[in-house]
Order: sequence, then C-alpha cells, then structure tokens
Amino acid sequence: MKRFDYVRPSSIAEAVSAAALPGSAILGAGTNLLDMMKIGSAQPERLVDITRLPGLDGIDWLPDGSVEIGALVRNADLAYDERFARRFPSVAEALLSGASPQLRNAATAGGNVMQHTRCAYFHDLSSACNRRSPGSGCDALNGENRLHAVLGWSEHCIATHPSDFCVPLVALDAVVEIEGHKGRRELALEALHLLPGNTPEVESALMPGELIVALRLPAEAADFASHTRYLKLRERTSYAFAVVSAAAALVVDAGVVQSARLALGGVAAKPWRARRAEDALTGKPASPEAFAEAARLALADAKPSGHNAFKIELARRIVVRALTEAATGTPERTIPLPGSVFTTQAGSNHVA
Amino acid sequence: MSLDAAGNVALPRFGSNAGQPLSRRDGVLKVTGRATYAADNHPNGMLYAVPAVSTIARGRVLALDVAAAKAHPGVVEVMTPDNKPPLAHDPDEKLGRFGLRIEALQDNTVRYVHQPIAVVVADTLEAATEGARLLAPRYEVEDARTGPDNGMRFDAQTVALGSPPRAAHGDLEAGFAAAAHLVESDYETPAQYHNAMEPHAVVASWDGDHLTIDMPNQALAISASAYATYFGIPVENVVLRSPFLGGGFGSKAILNGPQLLGMMAARMLKRPVKLVLTRAQMYGPVGHRGATWQRLRLGVDGGGRLTALHHHSLSATSSFEDFLEPAANASQGLYASPAIVSEHTGLRLDIGTPGPMRAPGEASGSAALESAMDEAAYACGMDPLDFRLANYADTEPGSGKPYSSKALRECYAEGAKRFGWSGRPMEPRQMRDDNGFLVGWGMGTALFGCPQFPASARATLRANGTALVETAGADMGQGAWTALAQIAAESLGLDMDKVEFHSGLSTLPDGGVAGGSGHTGSAGMALRNASHEAIRQLADSATADARSPLFGAGNVGVVARDGRLHRRDDESRSESYADILQRAGRADMVGKADAARDPEDAKRHAMYSHGAVFAEVKVDPDLGQVRVSRMVGAFAAGRIINPKLVRSQYFGGMIWGASFALLEEAVTDRRTGRIMNADLAEYHVAVNADIPEMEAILIPEEDPHVNALGVKGVGEVGITGTVGAIANAVWHATGRRVRRFPIRIEDLI
Repeated sequence: MKRFDYVRPSSIAEAVSAAALPGSAILGAGTNLLDMMKIGSAQPERLVDITRLPGLDGIDWLPDGSVEIGALVRNADLAYDERFARRFPSVAEALLSGASPQLRNAATAGGNVMQHTRCAYFHDLSSACNRRSPGSGCDALNGENRLHAVLGWSEHCIATHPSDFCVPLVALDAVVEIEGHKGRRELALEALHLLPGNTPEVESALMPGELIVALRLPAEAADFASHTRYLKLRERTSYAFAVVSAAAALVVDAGVVQSARLALGGVAAKPWRARRAEDALTGKPASPEAFAEAARLALADAKPSGHNAFKIELARRIVVRALTEAATGTPERTIPLPGSVFTTQAGSNHVA
Repeated sequence: MSLDAAGNVALPRFGSNAGQPLSRRDGVLKVTGRATYAADNHPNGMLYAVPAVSTIARGRVLALDVAAAKAHPGVVEVMTPDNKPPLAHDPDEKLGRFGLRIEALQDNTVRYVHQPIAVVVADTLEAATEGARLLAPRYEVEDARTGPDNGMRFDAQTVALGSPPRAAHGDLEAGFAAAAHLVESDYETPAQYHNAMEPHAVVASWDGDHLTIDMPNQALAISASAYATYFGIPVENVVLRSPFLGGGFGSKAILNGPQLLGMMAARMLKRPVKLVLTRAQMYGPVGHRGATWQRLRLGVDGGGRLTALHHHSLSATSSFEDFLEPAANASQGLYASPAIVSEHTGLRLDIGTPGPMRAPGEASGSAALESAMDEAAYACGMDPLDFRLANYADTEPGSGKPYSSKALRECYAEGAKRFGWSGRPMEPRQMRDDNGFLVGWGMGTALFGCPQFPASARATLRANGTALVETAGADMGQGAWTALAQIAAESLGLDMDKVEFHSGLSTLPDGGVAGGSGHTGSAGMALRNASHEAIRQLADSATADARSPLFGAGNVGVVARDGRLHRRDDESRSESYADILQRAGRADMVGKADAARDPEDAKRHAMYSHGAVFAEVKVDPDLGQVRVSRMVGAFAAGRIINPKLVRSQYFGGMIWGASFALLEEAVTDRRTGRIMNADLAEYHVAVNADIPEMEAILIPEEDPHVNALGVKGVGEVGITGTVGAIANAVWHATGRRVRRFPIRIEDLI
C-alpha cells in the first residue's frame, strides 16, 4: 500500500493540528479505514492515531440527565452498558445489530459515525465516483444499485450511509461534540452527514482538522425508553448492512401518541429523520392507520435511483413494523438477535 | 435400522477403529494456531510477490509504468510478459485433466477482470502491493461480454473436465405426447465463488532445478507433475507440501495462473518467493461455479409418473476455455422416466474460467430439478414426497444398471419421520407460527456419484509394534488426517495411537485427488491394500518360522488384531507384530500397494450416494425476509468410517445449500464485467445465525461393489437436494415460486 506517516498525538490539541494537515486521516479502531487503505479507496498521507488520547473512552452521565459518549467508546461496551441500554434501548439494539461481535468489540462510537458508504463504485478505483473523485461521474447510477438510495440522492451520487447506530441517534436528537482549531463546537448529528447534491465529495459538515470527541444524547431521549425499537432488514442474519432499517420511539399515553420520533437507515446518504411523519403521529391514536400514514409521509419524497423501487415499499413496511413494535413496548430483556424482524414480538421464537 | 435413545440411527460397528466417531487428529493443532498453512512458511531470504490484476474484462494492456514500480523502495523486480522466464509448456494449452488453459503473462491480452497482468516482487508485502498499484496500466478496452444477451453461444463439445455434453435415452416427444401434465420452467443460478477461508497461496523455493512449493492443494501428484512440465524438470525434482488446507471446495484441485507465477518469480530471482492472493483477486483466476440458465420440461402421466424429462442448461464459461457447469446431468441417474435428455449449450463470456465447485453441476442442476419436481407434484395434486416415490428408480434410468446400493427409500422414510412431514398441507400459504410468520415445508432428493481415483500407499510395520502409513492425501478440513488413519489402523489390526500417518506431501505415494467426494474411498483403498500387504509379509514370516506359535498356520490363515497375529482356527495361538519382526531380524516390513476400482464392478453397477433433505422456512409476510428454521437430511453413503466427520460433511453441505438458496451471488456490473461484491462483507455466505438446528441422519447402507471398503462419498451430496428443498419451502410458505437464485427479499414482497 501507499506509504504514510503515522502519528500518535498525546493531546486533543496535537491531534487537531495533525489532522488539519492535508492528507491526514484520523485512525480509531480502523475497522473501516484500514480495509479501505488495503483496497486503495483511502490513500491517506498520514494516520493520526487517536486511540491513546485520554478521556475519550468514557460514558459520562451529566447532571442534567444527558449522557456523553466518548468518541473512543467501543460499540460493544456501549451496547452492553446496562444503564445506557435501559435508557436508550433502541440505540443498544442498533449497535448490536451492526457488523459482527468481533468488529463491535473494536469499532468506536466516533468511527461508526464517520464510516464511509459501502457503495461498491466508491470502493472500486476503476469506477467513476463523484464522492471519491469529484467530477468523474457516478457509475452506480446505471449500475448494480439495488441497495442504493431512494431518498435525498442526486444524479451525482446515490450512495447510502451504512450505520445502524446513527439511525436511533438521529431520531433521539443526538449531538456531536467537535474539537477544532477554533475550539469546541456542537452540531446536531442530523446535520453532520450531508446529502450529495452537487458536492457528494463533501461527506460531512466537519472542517479539516476537526475531531469528534463525543456524542451526546439529551435527557429527553430517555423519555422514549419504554416504547422504542430499531428494526433492520438484512439479507443475512449477522454481519450484513441494512437493506432498510427504522428507529421508532414513542411516548404513548392512554393509547394516544404524545410524542414520536422516526428515522430510517439504508435509504439515503445520511440517517433519515422523518419529521413530517413524527408530526402527523403526534396526538393520534397509536393505530395501524396512523402508522401507515406515517410510513406514507416518511417515504413521500422517495424515488428509485435504479433497480431499487422495492426498497421504497420495504421502507414503508419497516416503518409500520417499527412503530407497531415500539407501541407494543420495548422488550424487558435484550432479544436474541437485536434488530431482527424475526424477534420483534414478545415471546417470539428465535428462528435463525 | 433402529434408533437409540438419543434418536441416532444405530450404526453397525466395523472393527476396532473404523466406524468410531473420533475427533480430528489435527484439531488441537488447528484451534491453537499451530497447524502450518502454506503462507505460514518463511524461508530465509524470502521475497513477497503481488500480482497486478486487470480491471477490464477484455482488451489489451498497452502500457505499464514499470519504472515507477521499480523506483518504489523495496521493490526488487517487476515480472511482465516482456521479461518473464520461459516456460516449457504453453499456458494456452491444456495440461492433463485438471490443467486448464491459464494466464501466466504469456502476452498482453486481457480476457477477464482480475487476470494477472504483471507480478511485483519486493522485500515486503506492502512494497510489492504499492509497486503493483504504481504500474497504473493503460488499456485498449473492448466491450465486455457479460450475459446471455451479448455472450457467444456455442455447441458444447464437453462439460466440466471433459465429460460428454449430452446424455439421452428414450423418446422425449413421445413421452411429452403421452403426458397428462406438462411442467416447463426456467431457472437461473448466478456465478458463485468458493471463498475458501484460506486464500490461494504459494511459497516457492528453487535450488538449481529443484523446486519446493508450499501450497494448499487437493491433487498433489497431478499438480507436482504439472509444475514439472511447466518448468521442464523431472517430476522427482518437485516437492509439493500441503499438510493443511483452509478449505478447497474444488478451487485448489485445478491449476491456476497466480500460483505458477509465484514459482516463476522465484526462479527468475533465485530467491524464495511468497505469493498470496487477496480475497478480491480470488474472484477471477482460481475458478468459480459458473452461472447457468436452465430449462426443465417434465411430462407426467395421470398417475404421477414421469413420461419425459428434458433438462437443458446454458452454462457460462470463459472466452478461452470450455469448463461448463454440467447442470443438466443432475437429471440423469435419479428419477425413473422412459425418456430423459440432459444437454448443454455453452455461453462464452469475458470471465475467468469456471471450475469445479463443491458438487459441480449437481448443485445447480439439483436446485432446478428439485424445484421442477415440486412444481410437477403440485400440478398432479400429489405430495412432493409421494411424487418422488412414484418416480423412484429401482435401476439406473437409461442404462438399466442396478445400483451398487441404494437406501434412498430409507432416507425418505426416516427423514420424513424425523421432520414430521406427514402433516404437510398440500396448498401453499397454509401455515403460520405463533408470531404470524408464514411457514413452509419443502423437500428435495440428494444424489452424488461415487468416483474412485487411482491411488497408492505404503504401510510400514516397525519393530516396536507401531506402524507408519503414508499416502499423499489432502485434508481440506474434511478430516482425511483422521478417517484415512482409521482405515489404515483397522487394516493393520492396530489401535489408532500405534499408527503414525504421513500425508500432504507430493513425494509420498500418490493419494489421488481430494475431490469428487472420492478421497476416503480412493486413498482409503490404497492404505487398506498396502496395510494388508504388510500384514501378509508378517504372516509369511511367522507361519514359516518354526519358533513362532503361528508356525504352520499358513493354510488356515491368521487374523490381525490388536497388534498380534492370531491363528484363525485357534485364537489362543498368537504372536505380536514386534516379536515376529524382532525374531526375523527385521527393522520393519513395508507393504506397498495401489488401488483402483474394479472395471467390472464399474461396468455392472450404477454408483451413487443418496439422501433426502427436508427444510422448513419462515417468511415475514410483510417484509419478505426468509430464514431457514429447520433442516433434516437423511443420507445413505455406504459404510461410514467416522460418523462425527461425516455428520460434519452433511451439515456443511446443507449449510452450503442454504447459502446457495438464499444468499450467494457474485454481482457483476454488466457494462464492465467487474464483480462489485468481491469481498466477504458483501458476497454473502451464510453465517452461524442463519443456520438453524440441523439434523443429519446416517442411514446404514452396505455396498459390496463400490469398493472393498464399501465407502461411498459424503462431501458433496449434502448440497444437492437442499437448495431445492429450501426453494420449495419458500413456495409452500408464500405461494411464490422463485426460479432465480438466490431468492431475494424483493421476490417475496
């Protein structure tokens, strides 16, 4: 592979300085970046290894009830943190539905957020890809694209963001805490990943050198703890990215939705928050009709980017299922196969 | 046949060693990381070779930036068509049965994506990898032919590795004319890749004209001989070491370009060279299961009996070789029909040449045949199992030969009983579980032939009462280190712990090919014969020696058991092997023998392993997600040497079948011929969580004809039957007949 420098900063300030140099890439667990370097779809000049930075691997409960997840917290450690999982069960479910146990043991929270699309054309250096090589074109557009975006895509890029973790985080108004040259700033996670538009190469709102140091879930996100699910449709039962997924969170009182959150995964270049659907649900009975209408609204703007019209209908259906399951109530115990549609109902038999 | 308390079919016990469910002898080495695979070898002075591979499917390499690659620190040499060392055999010519035409930098043409176009050799893997990238090839690109619409069809002269492309008996049209029901369906199976966990690798060292190669290999003698031919050296000069394989599945039986290139680089540079393919590079030059487009036509009379069976496969191959997936042959040998025609058409595409992949032909063909049989059963209003029983073949269709053994009825009966098949509703979409998931049941028949490859072995009885047995076999995970040693131990009348087994080395007697599910029978027969020869020498010595208690027993004979020879008519008279050898003043006695199938037996009998697979699936009615929830397979494959290993083989086959039915597909960009999911994250093979509790039932079967051991094959039969069983279960659950594999979510919503 291409030769690169390896630096291991001892402070966040040093990391920010190193990361700001052109050609730098931040190295967490490397479960995505190192693979990309091996196949050539990432060719950094410099790896800035932040894994030894102190203070980034904690799960900190703040006085106002919010929780700050250090960027280096491992996916598995977060999912299996009992207090976290009780307050934010759909986030734990999403984490446990992602990748494989081995990858979850290594992969970090910040890295999960910053992972790249799985679009094969992005990773195949011989293909035209505006995201990788601006202006070269998009070979996915008329290529093998049955799993590509149905929302928010442009003719310049039809890639999706593959994270499970980010989907409930966006639904629950997670905030990204960022360190940069100008100090610390915050950004709604929903605003971090960018739709492709005319500039698909600009994948996130991070400026050069900026480093995600933590993710924060507000205290109100725990209000949904008793009625929230993350459901993921995938072609194999583990170690597979979502065909479509949905995070649903409700506050239900006497059968009426007081508050609703809904986000979709696998449908766009970012985790897709469905606010119109949320608004439509609020104040309505938690009924099949209301859920169907929410699904309709969530996908109202969807259009196929290729051989993937089926994903639109599937996305509607998984929205209905996720809302239905959320209304039924969060399972008391973590289910055997988190995220699996085969373990969505209380008492269901694990069939896989 | 009987069942014990645990529900296992009681197995006949054969002797003291064979028949026992022993754990793998190499198991501890493997799970502790001490088993040495090819790429674990690091001879002094070793260099790393990385192939640069093409990114186009068809055209020519116009330029390579060799200077840039050579300028990269650590790069030692760049091997291209311009400077490659000469070969004594043209890689554009076939070389024996397993030697297909390969790419060894013979010229600058490109015939498929991932074809090697240069090899960069460097001090480190990283430098070689970067050197390969720096070559930045420029191409003259021609349009890629990637499917039936733009590929070139041709009349097949052969299928697979030289088999006839057509088999026929009876009058097909008369059969269709007499049919009450006609079922005609098209099925598609995609290109699939072996994806053995261990990539193809080679560590090659030259000492003058002597070549030592560490490489995973399923056919040691054939390969060593082929490499000798390529390099123009005597075969005695080649040492091929392949003690362990991290999976082979057929892809390590066939010669390929990249491994040869590693040897060429080592010869060119006069230093040991290691070459290991990346996962992506395995999608091209090392074979795959070729795509098929199959048409099945079944005529059935009013009583549910086949009147005609026509199976045609359009099978993809490369632009320069003729390996065609012999899918239509799956319809030969299984169901009785007065007329059966199996035929193939070739389709030339700009792809790497397909090759044998676990149950080549049988797997893809069975998927289509068993689906079509299910469709025909429904058309006749018959239960799928009853329909198969109505078409049970008591002699081989066409040839009329008796089967050497065939306990398929018992497989059907026992499998159906264990599965609970009898309650199955005829109509689809009738069953739901407590959670509202659609439930479906399907079944399929499993069939696989029983080849026996010529093999040789040596058995050495040593003065201390132990034995050394040797054959160049190949253990690719199936358990040859254990099962073959069990056969030798039994044949020698010794316990396993007294038998040292050497294998996986080409300088040992030829153990034949670990392929075609024939290794245990082939190498096992050679070991048995060599062992018996050693015992014969021992008996000759003892019975002719007046000092032996066996003196004069030559006419009545002796029995070898527990390390002693016993008089057959008076077992109180016996003598240990050690004592016989010591008194004879011999350090050892060496038996050497060959083995091959008796041609008369082969002529008189049809030889197959059989089975019946029953599958249950659950389908989410809204989301279309399918999971296999139960599988029961019952198999009859002659004598079982090691039921633990055999059960693993059946499980592995059935798991592969589930993967075939629901997951596996190489996705090719039709514009470029590039495979867009050439890695294990995106090319889905089943994971543990996809696989339910499974049951593999071992149906006892005695076969006096297949070979003297009575051993058939178990490695591949488990895939056949299973794919169709799952597809049929999906239909039964949903009412949707999906004829393109793998069955996908969008097929079911």
